[in-house]
Amino acid sequence: MSVLIILIAVSIVVAGLFLGAFIWSVKKGQFDDDYTPSVRMLFDDKPVASKNSSVKSKQK
Amino acid sequence: MGQTVIQKETSQQTATRCYHCGETCDKSIAADEKYFCCDGCKFVYQLLQENGLCNYYDLSVQPGIKIKGKFSSNRFAYLANEDVIKKLLRFNDGKQSHVSFYLPQMHCASCIWLLENLHSIDPGIYYSKTNFHRKDIFVAFDPSKTTLRKIVELLAFVGYEPYISLKDGEKKKNKKINRSKIFKIGIAGFCFSNIMMLSFPEYFSSGNIGQETLKKVFSYLNLALSLPVIFYSASEFFISAWKGLRQKWLNIDAPIALAVLVAFGRSLYEILSGTGPGYLDSMSGIVLFMLIGRWFQDKTYDSFSFDRDYKSYFPLGVTIVKEGVEETATISALKKGDRILVRQNEMIPADAVIREGEGNIDYSFVSGENTPVQKNRGELVYAGGKQLGCMIEMEVVNPVEQSYITQLWNNNTLEEEKNKDRSFVHPWSRYFTLVLFTVAGSAAGYWALNDPTKIWPAVTATLLVACPCSLLLSSTFTFGNMLRHFGKNKFYLKNSSVIESLAKINTIVFDKTGTLTHSSQAIVSYEGKGLSDEEVVCVYSLAKESVHPLSRVIKNELLAKYNSEPLPVKDFKEIPGKGIMGKIKDRSIRMGSWQFINDDESATEFQDSGMVFISINDQYKGVFRITNQYRNGVNDMVKQLAAKKYDLHVLSGDNDSEKTNLEKIFGKKATIKFRQSPQDKLDYINRLRRNDYDAEILMLGDGLNDAGALKQANVGVAVSENSSQFSPASDVIMDSSVVNKLFAFINYAKAGKQIVLWSFIISILYNVVGLSFAVQAKLSPLIAAILMPVSSVTIVSFVSLASAFLAKKKGI
Repeated sequence: MSVLIILIAVSIVVAGLFLGAFIWSVKKGQFDDDYTPSVRMLFDDKPVASKNSSVKSKQK
Repeated sequence: MGQTVIQKETSQQTATRCYHCGETCDKSIAADEKYFCCDGCKFVYQLLQENGLCNYYDLSVQPGIKIKGKFSSNRFAYLANEDVIKKLLRFNDGKQSHVSFYLPQMHCASCIWLLENLHSIDPGIYYSKTNFHRKDIFVAFDPSKTTLRKIVELLAFVGYEPYISLKDGEKKKNKKINRSKIFKIGIAGFCFSNIMMLSFPEYFSSGNIGQETLKKVFSYLNLALSLPVIFYSASEFFISAWKGLRQKWLNIDAPIALAVLVAFGRSLYEILSGTGPGYLDSMSGIVLFMLIGRWFQDKTYDSFSFDRDYKSYFPLGVTIVKEGVEETATISALKKGDRILVRQNEMIPADAVIREGEGNIDYSFVSGENTPVQKNRGELVYAGGKQLGCMIEMEVVNPVEQSYITQLWNNNTLEEEKNKDRSFVHPWSRYFTLVLFTVAGSAAGYWALNDPTKIWPAVTATLLVACPCSLLLSSTFTFGNMLRHFGKNKFYLKNSSVIESLAKINTIVFDKTGTLTHSSQAIVSYEGKGLSDEEVVCVYSLAKESVHPLSRVIKNELLAKYNSEPLPVKDFKEIPGKGIMGKIKDRSIRMGSWQFINDDESATEFQDSGMVFISINDQYKGVFRITNQYRNGVNDMVKQLAAKKYDLHVLSGDNDSEKTNLEKIFGKKATIKFRQSPQDKLDYINRLRRNDYDAEILMLGDGLNDAGALKQANVGVAVSENSSQFSPASDVIMDSSVVNKLFAFINYAKAGKQIVLWSFIISILYNVVGLSFAVQAKLSPLIAAILMPVSSVTIVSFVSLASAFLAKKKGI
């Protein structure tokens, strides 16, 4: 049955890692703003770049 | 005199809308086949176009913000002042500077996109990052390539003028968010679930685990896991209980702290002596649930500030003239006798006398009155007014700290801590604790006579099982849920204790302008000789040239009906406080006061401020009468309140032109007072409180003129046209569109008290069951572990369902 003790130790360590991940993410501010990042990731950069270059080429 | 009333047509579909801000406009200003309402909007469009940022317009329709009035070039000059820069910057090492601003105008995805692409307009900006809920922007820039002033000017130009105030300057850097509550919950949750898991073998084997070693390992692991719970997560309960005890006051945290301590003490004894597994799972469960309840209740509205004082309203810097030289200085440095310059649209920072120029002061901020007041050389102007005309030079009479507005704010004669420990849960908890000790004492007495070995288990089990956590959970979860329901209806409460104060209200005091009436929308009616179509276009073209609020109202009204091209205006002249004049084709048109159109200073007829007279070629044509419009549903709401015997009062800063209308709405019983200064309003509230100790007053107001009264009332509700606008210090911030729901809100608050009472009854039933085991000294850890979460879950789900159901029933 001593295998149980090893398993329990492993399970607590794994759970502890998750707790650590949680604390780290809170500290990093990942839960501070739950709206802006969801909008930010939808912005496309491509059209901007092309317009930029067209403006530049006009200037030339 | 023939009477024609200009009626609003539903010409919305055909109306041209500004490509930038969406305001209806004509087709006179165009670029790239897009139409704009003003040059400001067009310039912003062109700036974005040049920098390839037109994506802004693709993300949402007409996302722009109309720029009100033009900025004078020196508006932000104070941002070049070293002192001011030092106050505002959060970080600076010469190569990189960090600053963050509050941008109340931020409202959509386009805003986020544009604000985070500022670096493509100004290459001196490294990057910018927004937080939509807090409405703030963080900017990192290179101070050698760009300046703070340039960044603020850019933001203001694209329509997001940052809100910079004295207060920011003072408390800037301590903006660290307190996350300890989340850590406490996280750790308590982790420990609770692991303790639970390790306790299962004990429960399932009904206390007979075959192997002694395993049993020991489980118990000691549980003990180790419970240490962070008791020493870290539960610390706030001990601290609060201890603080209460030192003031000889048994607060709600005392019985919780006692239960946690007793559970831990007994478990420690059982585990160390090897007599049992203890109640560690119940103990950590109590702590976890209580912490979640607190966190749930402490919902905050990030983008609102409920505790603004006068300092948030004033600008940071001001232009001083010293021996003919202009300098910028912080306003706290203003002294009596200083000469200051106030430009168009700037706020007057201190009580001052006009020395040069003509003042046209908009006091709407202080008095709620919309029409600007004319002030001549030598006249005293109070702080808080906004100069609408051209630049004026003033001499400071009182420094900021002693100005009229500030004095009003600091009038704390009757100040007492509002809502402090007045919660009805607190007396209950005392009562509860007394009953608890009686039960524990009698159980101890009984066992002392019958079986002394059972005294200790019976007493500890009683204290443990009767923990008032379900009692507390019911109030925290009910109020937390209600805050959310209120918030969904744009009724934002400062904290949950306001709900209890709201439920007790019996006296309601209304402000008129901006609260009962719309502050921007107005009914325009025209009386006089009929105007030909061409004449209407002339009036429209003239009104369009002016930024005066009355001209704008008339312009919008005419635009809705006659969607035509404006004609060019020659010799346009605006005389502040009087009117506007100009030539269109062969007509010379005047709009303004009766004296103005008749060119007669002595004429005193028609002094009413809401009238604009028109003359064409010196021929009197007619008058636009602009009256306040009452908000929708105000009439019904007042009737409902009156029917329920609420004591109603109206305090208006305006003249009594609306007297008959108000009496019609409020009936004979209500007190209606006109021409009330901010001090009068404050005194009125104080008098009400002094005359009747049972009066629980709710004050509903907007503007700074109500600020003192809002603070003095039991519940101060600030009505705001736009949640991003600045509202005075208050307990509740309410969107102006829901003023008519006030009755429903008060009813809902009352219903909340009922919900808490019902859930108290449920929790008492659970306690009776638990106590019946406990006093018999038969409470096994298994029963405690089942009873505790089941009772918590029942109560939480009951209050959530009940508060949602009642919200629907009360029409919220």
